[in-house]
Amino acid sequence: MSEAATPIAHPEPLQRRAVALVSGGLDSMLAVKVMQEQGIHVEGVNFFTGFCVEGHTHAIRKKDQDKNKRNNALWVAEKLGIKLHIVDISEEYKDVVLNPKHGYGANLNPCLDCKIFMVNQATLMLNKARELAGEKGFDFIVTGEVVGQRPKSQRKETMPIISSESGADDRLLRPLSARNLPETLPEREGWVDREQLFDFSGRNRKPQMALAKRFGLEEYAQPAGGCCFLTDESYSNKLADLWRARNERRYELDDIMLLKVGRHIRPARHYKLIISREEGENRFLEGYRYQFTSLTTASCPGPLALVDGVFESDDELRQAAAIVARYSKGRADDEVVVEVKEPGGVAREVAVAPARPDQIPLHWNVG
Amino acid sequence: MTETVHDLDVRRQLCPIPVIKTQNRVNQLAQGDVLRVTCTDPGALNDIPAWCRINGHEVLETRREDHEVVITLKVGEPSVAL
Repeated sequence: MSEAATPIAHPEPLQRRAVALVSGGLDSMLAVKVMQEQGIHVEGVNFFTGFCVEGHTHAIRKKDQDKNKRNNALWVAEKLGIKLHIVDISEEYKDVVLNPKHGYGANLNPCLDCKIFMVNQATLMLNKARELAGEKGFDFIVTGEVVGQRPKSQRKETMPIISSESGADDRLLRPLSARNLPETLPEREGWVDREQLFDFSGRNRKPQMALAKRFGLEEYAQPAGGCCFLTDESYSNKLADLWRARNERRYELDDIMLLKVGRHIRPARHYKLIISREEGENRFLEGYRYQFTSLTTASCPGPLALVDGVFESDDELRQAAAIVARYSKGRADDEVVVEVKEPGGVAREVAVAPARPDQIPLHWNVG
Repeated sequence: MTETVHDLDVRRQLCPIPVIKTQNRVNQLAQGDVLRVTCTDPGALNDIPAWCRINGHEVLETRREDHEVVITLKVGEPSVAL
């Protein structure tokens, strides 16, 4: 009896693995999908800087409570069937905002430094995973960047800067624009087929929309004005005002969260009022009363206001109370009673005439 | 064996912070442990279950009480952390 031939083992080709920066927008979604189509295992990473738009104001404001409050990065990950790691980089990110090597965009948006920082963070994660898991780690990084799409960070001349300064070098692949850029390691090694990558460029979104259609992706997020508050002029003005008032460029997470909420009025350099505009903001600011002096109307319905800074006199306190009364239901009354409470202190009441519009100069409005 | 129930209070924190804190806490727990997360951001009602689904954890219960959202989850298999 002849022995059965022993089958020759053909090892399965190693499935290459990529870490993708997933913002929740269409471009990164497509970049992941293009990689998946080429058989790459992709896991997503999403960075929380503190300035992410991500529906914070919707979460706070009562009138927006019925709006869809999903986190788009999570939604994209679920749609594409990939894992998503959300990483809090808000502390390390301060240096990017305060000292951007490549400067700011139209507002206080350090877009190029931001992208370099994020790709660098992904590179560190990739290196750590390779160290821990060897071939089961990750081979390269993917982003949804498109040449010419953003005036500050996504330009032909900035693409190589991001690759080199982040430390990712040729392990950084931009599937949507790859054919406009030099070959990268995954392309050279044949892990991905360059011919099946794209040559998108410019601000025209039609190629992305056509590709989404081809992939059967009917629904995707289209954030108006990007996904970062720092690109917003009014927000940037409030941040710049904060730095001027403190005479130094620094911030804490609470500061930048509070800049997203309420009406900010600065009657003097040493104090600013953050006045809620509706019930949801009221509830949000309520959580900060243990940290800030607060004012609220006692004789009629009205807003809650936090005092960022200190009153240097009783007149200033009364001025602040009059401003708060101006935004209350008692604005037409002769007198409104305002409760003033210091953190951990006993509340006291002051009766004031609500401020007239001409007593709140336009330049006090920050933002 | 009685399962261990852990609590995480992320009230007054806005998404994605509740998700990040849930993720970080789950990474410290053992498979089968139960985590009860209390939030005030209604977005967590979508985001934490979505995070659980894509990362292999089981949502045991979600409920809304006045302005609070409570999500109870069971920790799934650990994955190779990035």
